[in-house]
Amino acid sequence: MNFFQIIDQLAAVDPDVLDRFDSRRAVFSSLGSAAKRSALAATPLFLGALFQKAYAGTKSTPVDVLNYALTLELLEADFYRLFLAAGTLPNAAATAAITQIKKHEDAHVALLTRTIQAAGGTPVTGTATSGIRFKPSAFPSTYAGQLQVAQLLEDTGVRAYKGRAAELVGTTLLTTALQIHSVEARHAAHIRVMRGQRPWVSNTDDVATNPTYTSGVTGTPSTQVTTPGGAFGIPAYTKASPAENNTIQVNLPLTTALATTYDAADVAAAFDEYLQPAEVVDASRAGGLLA
Amino acid sequence: MSDTLQPLHTPIKRRSFFQYAGATAGATALVLAGCSKDNDPTTTTTAGTVSLGTGDVGVLNYAYALEQLEAAFYAQVVKTPAADFLTGELAYFTQIAAHEAIHRDFLKAAITSAGGSLLPTLTPIFTTINFSSRASVLNAAKTFEDLGVAAYNGAGILLKSQAYLTIAGQIVSVEARHAAYVRDLLAPGSFADDNQVDATGLDKQLTPTDVIAAAQPFITEKLDASTVGK
Repeated sequence: MNFFQIIDQLAAVDPDVLDRFDSRRAVFSSLGSAAKRSALAATPLFLGALFQKAYAGTKSTPVDVLNYALTLELLEADFYRLFLAAGTLPNAAATAAITQIKKHEDAHVALLTRTIQAAGGTPVTGTATSGIRFKPSAFPSTYAGQLQVAQLLEDTGVRAYKGRAAELVGTTLLTTALQIHSVEARHAAHIRVMRGQRPWVSNTDDVATNPTYTSGVTGTPSTQVTTPGGAFGIPAYTKASPAENNTIQVNLPLTTALATTYDAADVAAAFDEYLQPAEVVDASRAGGLLA
Repeated sequence: MSDTLQPLHTPIKRRSFFQYAGATAGATALVLAGCSKDNDPTTTTTAGTVSLGTGDVGVLNYAYALEQLEAAFYAQVVKTPAADFLTGELAYFTQIAAHEAIHRDFLKAAITSAGGSLLPTLTPIFTTINFSSRASVLNAAKTFEDLGVAAYNGAGILLKSQAYLTIAGQIVSVEARHAAYVRDLLAPGSFADDNQVDATGLDKQLTPTDVIAAAQPFITEKLDASTVGK
């Protein structure tokens, strides 16, 4: 095999590719002999590590990632506490659904707190009156308004977990994060149907233009998030994530690039998009709902 | 070096990460191909058994097998809709059918781009499903969707590529949305009930061998998932 050709091809689309390999650049420039080349080519793990290093995300600790997740779960749990206490739920089915969802958010808070402690970290905290909690002034007075916030919170959560899963690659913490992530997606689907929306993200949503479904930041991005409940690091923000109506995945325009022509709405709905931490904690999204 | 400190989703990544993902897995696949012929997914390992392969490409072929199954199922649901579907259900199943077909075709393109050996087109067995019955269709859909969610949840840890992991995450939440929708049709409010989400708030996760064992009755070809991700 000729993986030098692959490096060349990478260089064609990314002129900085060799710089991305950083200190390993010297390795490439010194690979003069056929013996060295074949030795390298016989080491697939080296290749994997090389690419992973070159394109890896910002260094973050698992505790940072978990505290980020815990912050969102505390926010959700406190929101559903307010929702159940508001007295607006119109029937037993709605009450049962919100009760079930709150049970899961509470369980996620407990699980993430235990996991962070087990990892030797300090979990962020929140109660109904202190620390990380839902901003009382942002809590809507009507059932319709409360349900809309629930949809925005759940869909944001689904995007947020995706945005940091890659930092947990190869760890059992990743599996836990994925198991929480799909529960949030189930919640989102149910809340959406309660609101008369499609279970999946759609341009026909009544809130399709909400920042939850777009991307970018309005505030000044930071690499540290500090709330009354604690602080944690997040990766630097450099560019907006794809919006939810995105139809291009890994450089493939999926409406036209596959065996069949697909409708843009179906393509957009077939893939949920990620949101980076700076976008999630932005005032236009979850950040604006924190007390 | 600021470039190496960028988050996962950097401009360069969005512009051309398919090339990177493809080149990474492709390079690995090529090296592996030189090491052992057992890694070819199309290789018959024992009589009549098709291996899904190894490494990240094995995980992609595993997902491709499940998406083939789901896409074929929903294509039949849409082609011969149950007479007792309620208003709006066929329209939503038509959308789900498109989502699954897009997942299938996307994975096929991703595996091909990675230079990996592509799992052949599978032949589904749907003889236990009564497509004229809403209840039968919904029960089968629930089985496939919950299985798909558990499969992606369990496969994440097997992936070495961050790019593939992000894509798998983008697909699994859509499968979870499908699962919740179908569950609510079968039993209102069961979108995430206690037999699916445990007391610690976690959805199910399954290993490839357990998932393929559950899916095998619906697939003619005998699949071997024992080397996926290894």
